[in-house]
Amino acid sequence: MAVTIAKERWSSKCLEVALGSGPKQIKVGGETTLPFLHFEGETPNAPVVALEIFDAQPQEWPDFLSSVYEGVLGDPAAWAKKCVEYGADLVALHLSRTHPDQGDASPEDAAAVAADVAAAIDVPLIVLGCGVDEKDAAVLPEVANALAGKNCLLGCASQENYKSIVAGCIAGGHAVIASSPLDINLAKQLNILITEMNLETDRIIIDPSIGGLGYGLEYAYSIIERMRTGALMGDKMLAMPVVLLVGQEAWKTKEAKTPDTPDWGEQRKRAILWEVATATSLIHAGGHIAVVRHPESLKHIKEHIAKMMKPQAY
Amino acid sequence: MELIGERINGMFKDVREAILNRDPEPIKRHAVLQSQGGARYIDVNTGPTVSAEDQPGVMEWLVKLAQEASPLPCCLDSTNPDAIEAGLKVHRGKAMINSTTADQWKMDVYLPMAAKYNAAIIGLAMNDKGVPKDANDRLALAMEIVANADAHGIPMPDLYIDPLVLPVNVAQEHVPEVLETLRQVKLLASPAPRTVVGLSNVSQRCPNRPLLNRTFLVMAQACGLDAAIADVEDGDLVDAAATAHILLNKEIYCDSYLKTFRQR
Repeated sequence: MAVTIAKERWSSKCLEVALGSGPKQIKVGGETTLPFLHFEGETPNAPVVALEIFDAQPQEWPDFLSSVYEGVLGDPAAWAKKCVEYGADLVALHLSRTHPDQGDASPEDAAAVAADVAAAIDVPLIVLGCGVDEKDAAVLPEVANALAGKNCLLGCASQENYKSIVAGCIAGGHAVIASSPLDINLAKQLNILITEMNLETDRIIIDPSIGGLGYGLEYAYSIIERMRTGALMGDKMLAMPVVLLVGQEAWKTKEAKTPDTPDWGEQRKRAILWEVATATSLIHAGGHIAVVRHPESLKHIKEHIAKMMKPQAY
Repeated sequence: MELIGERINGMFKDVREAILNRDPEPIKRHAVLQSQGGARYIDVNTGPTVSAEDQPGVMEWLVKLAQEASPLPCCLDSTNPDAIEAGLKVHRGKAMINSTTADQWKMDVYLPMAAKYNAAIIGLAMNDKGVPKDANDRLALAMEIVANADAHGIPMPDLYIDPLVLPVNVAQEHVPEVLETLRQVKLLASPAPRTVVGLSNVSQRCPNRPLLNRTFLVMAQACGLDAAIADVEDGDLVDAAATAHILLNKEIYCDSYLKTFRQR
């Protein structure tokens, strides 16, 4: 007996956001169905993967992670180029040195680093602040100005500091990451507040906050899934694409940090798999941009996405 | 919850005068206010003072004005098929026909019209014998409309069954019957037809009309009501509709939900 494939009829779709400029411009979002249900709707753009770099030499990275970036770790522009060589769709520059406890670099210094990195690569650039609301509110508008016209993705804007960051994004022509603490209601509210400043809805990317595998991943999974179904049912304030800041979560897990043991096996393999499993799970929930650290993770995740993007036989 | 703004109706004095004087401003003002107030459709009704032969022309005029002033589609409200068709001809986007009854001759006129113009249509659960006394009789008539609409290829989400609300001060016993009808209409087909009520009818000639209207609206929403022809310029009513919409988990909560409900 022939099986009838059940298809949901959605009334709306995800917003599509363009990042970067020129031939390497990337579009994310625009789906009319849940992730990878090609038999049911359109997925015009595959999820993409960014490699994350820092403006300072990372501390406490295991050798098998720092060694793949040997020679470029102190030089963000060279590091960014290396990421492009490894096949990154985007590069995410993390301005950790602006953190008050990690150098307290000035907005001008940070903007100069960001400009160097942007000049070195042709793929879209994500710039992440240090995560301290007041400092990011000062740094990111300066970065936005230095990168004006390059259509970068800047973040993260929270409910506490979104005003100056969004103003900077509007002036510099960038998209913004709207970040909320694992709370779909706050995510929606922040998107409303940002659009009230007259930033277009297709200039916003949602950071729902995530947990690594074993550290609350399922909370992020269900929030991202609800956002996607909300978007498909017509909720315009939850229809923005989702960024997954995977690297920072996956690499701080016990599983990624514990050296080789007889029970748990090789640390290198385990840590990379942790990053890959976290990213791919959340891509299946509805994530659009995964930010990871190890080029081998990047490779595995991109292979997985390529397989999932193949049309289904039915 | 889709609100259909009831205000552009010749039954209201300001609109009647605007029609008689061909004054576009009051029509446009109500279209804008209702659009800002959270309406999804603008009901347009020439009212009884316009003669039958003038109704098509007036309907055309009203539809054009409403759509000049707001981006919303119209709900074309008339007992005159010529007036409805005149409105459909000039309408931009997907219109709604208001309405057919379960009388065969009416369904034979309006359902082909809905199909031809790809319009949604309201089906009143009544016939020439009047309004049924209970939910079962309402549902029997609703089923006849569902079957006829289906035969004309009208998708169920485009059919709005109206169980007919009567004023509480003269037909109190009908109110729970209407609520029961709303629950059961959803069982008549899959996908289910939608439901609509002419809300303000519940409070005709009563004091405290806004309170009756919004209380009944919230009760009906809890029974599955999808749409209401209502006074969208009544902010408290729209707030109540938005709040019920959130409490029924139809949309994800956020602190600005009263605002987002109006901006959908």
